[in-house]
Amino acid sequence: MRKKQTGAASGISFETDRSRWTAPLRDLLHHNKIAVVSAVIILLLVLAACLAPVLTPYGETQMDLMNRLSPPSAKHWLGTDEGGRDILTRMLYGSRISLMVGIVPSLLSLVLGTALGMLAGFRGGKTDAVIMRAADIMLAFPSILLAMVIMYTLGGDLPAVFLTLTLVNWAEVARITRAETLRLKENEYVEAARVIGVSRMRIMLRHILPNCLPTLIVLFTLNVPAAIMTESSLSFLGLGIQPPYASWGRMINIGRQYLYTAPWLCFAPGAAIMVCVLAFHFLGDGLRDALDPHLKKR
Amino acid sequence: MNDNMLEIRNLCVSFPTDKGEVKAAADVSLTVPKGKIAGIVGESGCGKSVTARSVMGLIRRPGRVTAGEILLDGREILHLPEKEKCRLRGSEMSMIFQEPMTSLNPVVRVGKQVEETVLLHEQLSGTAARKRVLEMLEAVGIADPQKRYNAWPHQLSGGLRQRVMIAMAMICRPKLLIADEPTTALDVTVEAQILQLMRRLCEGGTSVLLISHNLGVIAQVCDRVSVMYAGRVVESADTDTLFDRPMHPYTRGLMRAVSSLQENGEHLDTIPGTVPDLNHLPEGCSFSPRCSLCADGCRQRMPELEEIMPGHTVRCFRPGEEAEA
Repeated sequence: MRKKQTGAASGISFETDRSRWTAPLRDLLHHNKIAVVSAVIILLLVLAACLAPVLTPYGETQMDLMNRLSPPSAKHWLGTDEGGRDILTRMLYGSRISLMVGIVPSLLSLVLGTALGMLAGFRGGKTDAVIMRAADIMLAFPSILLAMVIMYTLGGDLPAVFLTLTLVNWAEVARITRAETLRLKENEYVEAARVIGVSRMRIMLRHILPNCLPTLIVLFTLNVPAAIMTESSLSFLGLGIQPPYASWGRMINIGRQYLYTAPWLCFAPGAAIMVCVLAFHFLGDGLRDALDPHLKKR
Repeated sequence: MNDNMLEIRNLCVSFPTDKGEVKAAADVSLTVPKGKIAGIVGESGCGKSVTARSVMGLIRRPGRVTAGEILLDGREILHLPEKEKCRLRGSEMSMIFQEPMTSLNPVVRVGKQVEETVLLHEQLSGTAARKRVLEMLEAVGIADPQKRYNAWPHQLSGGLRQRVMIAMAMICRPKLLIADEPTTALDVTVEAQILQLMRRLCEGGTSVLLISHNLGVIAQVCDRVSVMYAGRVVESADTDTLFDRPMHPYTRGLMRAVSSLQENGEHLDTIPGTVPDLNHLPEGCSFSPRCSLCADGCRQRMPELEEIMPGHTVRCFRPGEEAEA
């Protein structure tokens, strides 16, 4: 598509053709070093998660009972846990779970929340009332309690975690999308689209959704760390991912018992959660500043 | 038999408010003859835009059309289902707005927005549609359409954007174009160009309903004019007739205000008082409290719109009379 345009319209100066996305991104690169560093860290984390089997000689659940709770050494960089498993290895494999738990439910709740929020904002009336009251109830309900109920009913495997976190997060997305939709649908270009015969559905998808995107992207980057934190709390409470598999939160939970004798059990996954959450937050902040013209200070 | 592209008969539109039902348009009747430009003039809040929006079916809830009929080329369109209205909008009737700076979606390239109309209403391939868009952009006087096709809305000036809006509205050659104050946000030179463009489009077979509060604009391009006041049409005539022999005291007041500006340049003739609140309309004729001719009867009954000469209707008990000084 893009290629065709360029070909047909040759001779156009693309100097003036700065896109709505490249300009803010360039902005981000030049003015917000922290956000860029954060993006790199996230990228490294994802790479590490993907390449876990290559990066470590040990298996995720491979035990070495002769070397239980050994401190960091050349053989085990971050030490071993109570079963003699290599902590670095478990961190790498655990990051798969933690990142997935961060990203998948955030994406699901983004899709669900956006669809419902736009519907509520655009249709108004009863649709709006029903969706928003449902969202209010979700927001008012203590999320950890809800999560515990779901986990106890469905068991603690990954899909249950995804479902829980999606249910907890969609309401906020829906509220924000609804507010954006209400604001955007008053714009004259929506009216202008209606007078050329664009249907309501198409107006939502083509004229309102793309204008919501900057907000939604930022919201997504903030939801990912929130989900990672929630999963950590759940694992810490003994719900969520079950042994012998690892997630960062689960590792902290186990390490808690050895806090005085072998603090490295808690320290490494704790630091990983912190770095990851901070990276997502800084990236979110940077994106928000870059995509929202009102917040530009220069 | 059917010489009118658009015929509005006794249209009533009301909006419920805390203080009761507000009639934004009451008993509005007007016609747009085929191939002509008809104008509506009036102050802010007199019901011009509401009338135009009812034609397009764009009255926002909780507002609604309570009575009347609207005929587009002889066909009743007020009660069509939404889907059918969607099909008519853009292909048979179209509208342009006052504010070209905000009427284009900031995240869609200009050419793509114009193209949307074509793709919605005609079965055309991408290349053919693109060609049509480029032709249309050229037809509305945009230099270098190839380049503008790929531009973002914020890269264009107000005049250019309004041309894009016109291209968007006109690309499927609708029978009727409604222009709601299309030049209000533009400077005078650009205004003249846009008006000229609309005149030219009209010669291509489209009838136009032009809404303005600027008598100069109306005089320049319209064939027929309706003057509205407080939700009602108070006078309706051919442009020449209306400007030569205005009959309603409100129209006369407007004319005097304009001509006093042009002639002596010192004293501005005004109409005393202000537009009445639609919530508290006076008894009888809405204009009576500001009218120098007001008699007892005017305060008791709303006069009907009466034809005093062929094609010239006035809503007044004492049309054409001069005030006793």
